[in-house]
Amino acid sequence: MAGTGTAHLRATDDVVLRVEDLTVEFHTAAGTVHAVSGISLDVRAGETLGLVGESGCGKSTTGRAIMQLPPPTSGRVVFEGADLASLSGQQLREVRTRLQFIFQDPISSLNPRRKVKDIVAEPLRIWKRGTEAERKERVSEVLDAVGLDPQAAADKRPHQFSGGQCQRISIARSLVLDPTLVICDEPVSALDVSVQAQILNLLEDMKARYGLTLVFIAHDLAVVKNISDRVAVMYLGKICEVGSPDDIYATPAHPYTQALLRSIPVPDPEVAPARTGLLIGDLPSPLDPPSGCRFRTRCPNAQERCALEEPRVRAIGDGHFVACHFPVHGGTEPAGDAPVSVGAPRRNATDEP
Amino acid sequence: MARSTNRRVIAAPTSEGPLLVVDDFRTHFATDAGLVRAVDGVSLTLERGKTLGIVGESGSGKTVLSRSVMGLLTARNVVRSGSVRLNGQELVGASPSQLRALWGTDMAMVFQDPMTSLNPVMKIGRQITEGLRYHLELPKDEALAQALQLLESVGIPDPRRRLEQYPHELSGGMRQRVTIAIALACGPHLLFADEPTTALDVTVQAQILDLLQQQQRERYMAMVLVTHDLGVVAGRTDEIAVMYAGQIVEKAPTRTLFTDVRMPYTEALLKSIPKLEEPSHTRLQIIGGRPPDLLRPPSGCRFAPRCPYAQAKCHTEPPPLVEAETPGHEFRCWFPVGTSAGQEALERNLAQHLPAAEAAVTGDSHAAGLVEAVSDTGGDL
Repeated sequence: MAGTGTAHLRATDDVVLRVEDLTVEFHTAAGTVHAVSGISLDVRAGETLGLVGESGCGKSTTGRAIMQLPPPTSGRVVFEGADLASLSGQQLREVRTRLQFIFQDPISSLNPRRKVKDIVAEPLRIWKRGTEAERKERVSEVLDAVGLDPQAAADKRPHQFSGGQCQRISIARSLVLDPTLVICDEPVSALDVSVQAQILNLLEDMKARYGLTLVFIAHDLAVVKNISDRVAVMYLGKICEVGSPDDIYATPAHPYTQALLRSIPVPDPEVAPARTGLLIGDLPSPLDPPSGCRFRTRCPNAQERCALEEPRVRAIGDGHFVACHFPVHGGTEPAGDAPVSVGAPRRNATDEP
Repeated sequence: MARSTNRRVIAAPTSEGPLLVVDDFRTHFATDAGLVRAVDGVSLTLERGKTLGIVGESGSGKTVLSRSVMGLLTARNVVRSGSVRLNGQELVGASPSQLRALWGTDMAMVFQDPMTSLNPVMKIGRQITEGLRYHLELPKDEALAQALQLLESVGIPDPRRRLEQYPHELSGGMRQRVTIAIALACGPHLLFADEPTTALDVTVQAQILDLLQQQQRERYMAMVLVTHDLGVVAGRTDEIAVMYAGQIVEKAPTRTLFTDVRMPYTEALLKSIPKLEEPSHTRLQIIGGRPPDLLRPPSGCRFAPRCPYAQAKCHTEPPPLVEAETPGHEFRCWFPVGTSAGQEALERNLAQHLPAAEAAVTGDSHAAGLVEAVSDTGGDL
């Protein structure tokens, strides 16, 4: 997508979250910002879906729209079988106990005036889970699980902790209600590399320990590759490519994915920085996105067709999907592709030619 | 011409010897809580036309070092000592007017955030010509012609129109190109680039790093590239200095640093980065804990509380910077990586189940949290 389509959605029973044709627009004085324009995603139980792209690609907006913060302009978000848009405010609040969010900046996402034990216990208190003593025990358990000493941490306030420790507290708070799905929005971008590794390993440990499903949003491709089971690459409110991290990184099919991978500086002096195949120019304005494929203005493979017709997501390999007329591999998209009905994912992802 | 004549007398450029010599340089901040030793005894030299990478995490002192070397820290609580010589001229203790004559013409800086380092209410053209008119005393039309050339050379499309625009009309990458044009305007011999691409997206980052490298080669300029990202410096520097808690803990020609690492902190830093060529879900090695409080740095090796190799000696005696086999390779460590002493130390720590060692070897996120708790209370392991 840099086109639309739902070919990459799966029709299995263990899909926890399904997003169909999600669109988020913001109306500003300058015009309508097309932040997310018709993307579809799904996440299976126990899976980590990585959403990756540069700033302005709509990855954070997607994460927030899933939480209905704010509700999307159009499209469906189905979580555990329920369409979130159809729920009442009270029902939505109840659903959010199983659908948690971890923010980028660990320090500003914790209330500086409250003690750690109260921050972590608040979700339990709001939902009146257990007795006071049981709540206390649960708080100690999750604090210990995220690698903080419950005795030492409980009575301190956030400013007494480092950024990495604050992110551990945020993670503890998101886990205390035993959620099904946690959306992590750039959870390690504000942290130093040494601490980043701690938090990434911690998320993997928590996923195993509590049986979590994760949506992991980040701009760092190496981080996303490390933690994800499936990766979706976004560009200017559209999805470019979906696949397993190893496929996407070894054999990127979308010209954007390829350029993105080439741009990454490799921590190895034997690898000369790429001189060719780099992107030129900047991201176009989401106020007035390009017609057809949104990536065409910076794409080395762009042809006339790319301006006229928006590419659709199609399979080019086992579990590997691309939205591009002229991908790096996988063959040219046949002209006049059949229209994809919105909201009804194809049962078999590989029925596209 | 009084000003420029004056400048020449002060600068007295000598073509002999290294361009920049920093010797036992310290920058401390006097605060209510005590003396913050942000830069604590740094020595380095930089030859003309070479690129030095300074790598470290937040709080390591890398930014304070580069700003203090340039003399940009002017607050009353800043205590600088040691020596910084540029072209043979001593900068520690230089008067503000002496420094002002050097900024722009002899040394210049590109900052991290192009939005805050540009003046939002001044047109791009005026911001570029300001230095040209002040230092080189060019007449207005010549300065503008030069600015146009500069914008072209840093790859800004439609430069004539840009001269009349304000920073907010440009994208982040274009703004950083403008700050680079400003820094290059008066032809400095030494360019500091302090996290020049951290605020930018990865595709734009590649463009900006290429531009800096190309300009540096064309102008035979020396460059100090300050960053937290080892990927940024790996392919683009001649030499790398790794900073930790205000000190250089390892310094080596770029290749040597990556192939023959000696200091455990450098090793840990390299191993904690997720790498694209590794399969997904590869367990990352971690450094437990966090950097020390610079008000009260540990009395021994500053990395000892987090170090998987640390022994009793490391907690009491600060290791000096010593030479490795490769010329130009120096490190601070009693039990260096890749030696039998280091290997034995690590095995001893693993046998005792010390959290710092276990966290590093197994990537145990729980142990890493424990190391932090221990280093917090200032307790010894």
